[in-house]
Amino acid sequence: MANSAIDVPPRGGFSFDLCRRNEMLTKKGVNPPSFRKTGTTIVGLIFQDGVILGADTRATEGPIVCDKNCEKIHYMAPNIYCCGAGTAADTEAVTDMVSSQLQLHRYHTGRESRVVTALTLLKKHLFNYQGYVQAALVLGGVDCTGPHLHTIYPHGSTDTLPFATMGSGSLAAMAIFESKYKEGLTRDEGIQLVVEAICSGIFNDLGSGSNVDVCVITKGHKEYLRNHLLPNPRTFVSSKGYSFAKKTEVLLTKITPLKEKVEVIEGGDAMEE
Amino acid sequence: MDLKIEDVNAPHSMGTTIIGLTYNGGVVLAADSRTSTGVYVANRASDKITQLTDNVYVCRSGSAADSQIVSDYVRYFLHQHTIELGQPATVKVAANLVRLLSYNNKSMLQTGLIVGGWDKYEGGKIYGVPLGGTIIEQPFAIGGSGSSYLYGFFDQVWREGMTQEEAEQLAVKAVSLAIARDGASGGVVRTVTINSEGVTRKFYPGDKLPLWHEELEPQNSLLDILNVASPMNI
Repeated sequence: MANSAIDVPPRGGFSFDLCRRNEMLTKKGVNPPSFRKTGTTIVGLIFQDGVILGADTRATEGPIVCDKNCEKIHYMAPNIYCCGAGTAADTEAVTDMVSSQLQLHRYHTGRESRVVTALTLLKKHLFNYQGYVQAALVLGGVDCTGPHLHTIYPHGSTDTLPFATMGSGSLAAMAIFESKYKEGLTRDEGIQLVVEAICSGIFNDLGSGSNVDVCVITKGHKEYLRNHLLPNPRTFVSSKGYSFAKKTEVLLTKITPLKEKVEVIEGGDAMEE
Repeated sequence: MDLKIEDVNAPHSMGTTIIGLTYNGGVVLAADSRTSTGVYVANRASDKITQLTDNVYVCRSGSAADSQIVSDYVRYFLHQHTIELGQPATVKVAANLVRLLSYNNKSMLQTGLIVGGWDKYEGGKIYGVPLGGTIIEQPFAIGGSGSSYLYGFFDQVWREGMTQEEAEQLAVKAVSLAIARDGASGGVVRTVTINSEGVTRKFYPGDKLPLWHEELEPQNSLLDILNVASPMNI
């Protein structure tokens, strides 16, 4: 798609000139600075009375895990949440922006936000930036028209599905969903399946890891289960925690504050203006 | 084949088979249901036949994002147009709006669409709007990557004045033929029939489609494994 846009100069909208320059520089071997990405497993499914979203909690910067317990299930509206994969800054920014637009829309109309409204706002923004806003999202919520689950790709395309996965661990998670999902799951069965799918991503995908976050949304109610499961406890700390040898001598407990030393020099030349 | 991460991040595109054909009294639109990113099937049950108005539908192919944005805009314009006019929009108007957007933004869009519908002035009509943004009124139109396997087939079997039943059968047969030969097409077959009576949607599951040369009956599929109580016997 990028090469077809070169023929005619665009008449309006965002200028992608610098994006093309950066692609050229990368091709010539200039490495751009890396940024925090969420090599991620995020999932969502529809169960008998609502939607369940799930995410792992690892954020990476290249090969380094830079946050072992980040939050990937973002708030959109009281009845709508959104899982984000891709560049952490982009998922955060785009969900924050749209959730603020939804809040204003609620003040304006006095009605509960709808999931399709969030979907349209998100896809409009992502399409405008032609995939350069790297956010792959799973959007879920319950509104007056019932439960909804959508996936949104960075280029702005959307799908409507009964179960969905996204991120680098999406293949591992989809394998679980494809073999075990059925219609009309109960709440507990649904959470169990979401947890299993996320764990499949955590254990089989290098980009995903740490803990499992879950968010259950039903009509008029939601439950954000932060760190619902901790399958990777720290193994290098003793179960009692760190301690110091009992006879460690305390040398001094008195704290002497440093005095401020001000010298006033009299005389001298007057300051000129 | 190796599955690369770039594939999962590649733009969503619909390696597709889409068909629109006229019959005696209306039109039939048909499509497969596969949406892929590189070699990964991102959605195996997608709906590529999108509603524009009560009596006009569109088959989408190419970039999923581009075709969705075009059809969203056209649907919005047609809503306005219907209110201003006080009567349903014609298929010609719908197709011309699709053409207008495709032509004006041709450097930024990668999408081919087939518009089909019924109106009281001209009856059932099919318009093809391929990549460059031209508009072609056709008795039948085929599109997407799977269409290259179907040109000869349609040249041979299409004829004027088919019945609704014959047209629907032909559409399903054609899509299943393309699914059998085109790797980028697959899943289920969806059809939409539009005539003076209204709109009928039909759905043909992947394991109920006709089999072609050297194809095998579906067996030991995921569905069978799920139905067996203990699939693991070592």
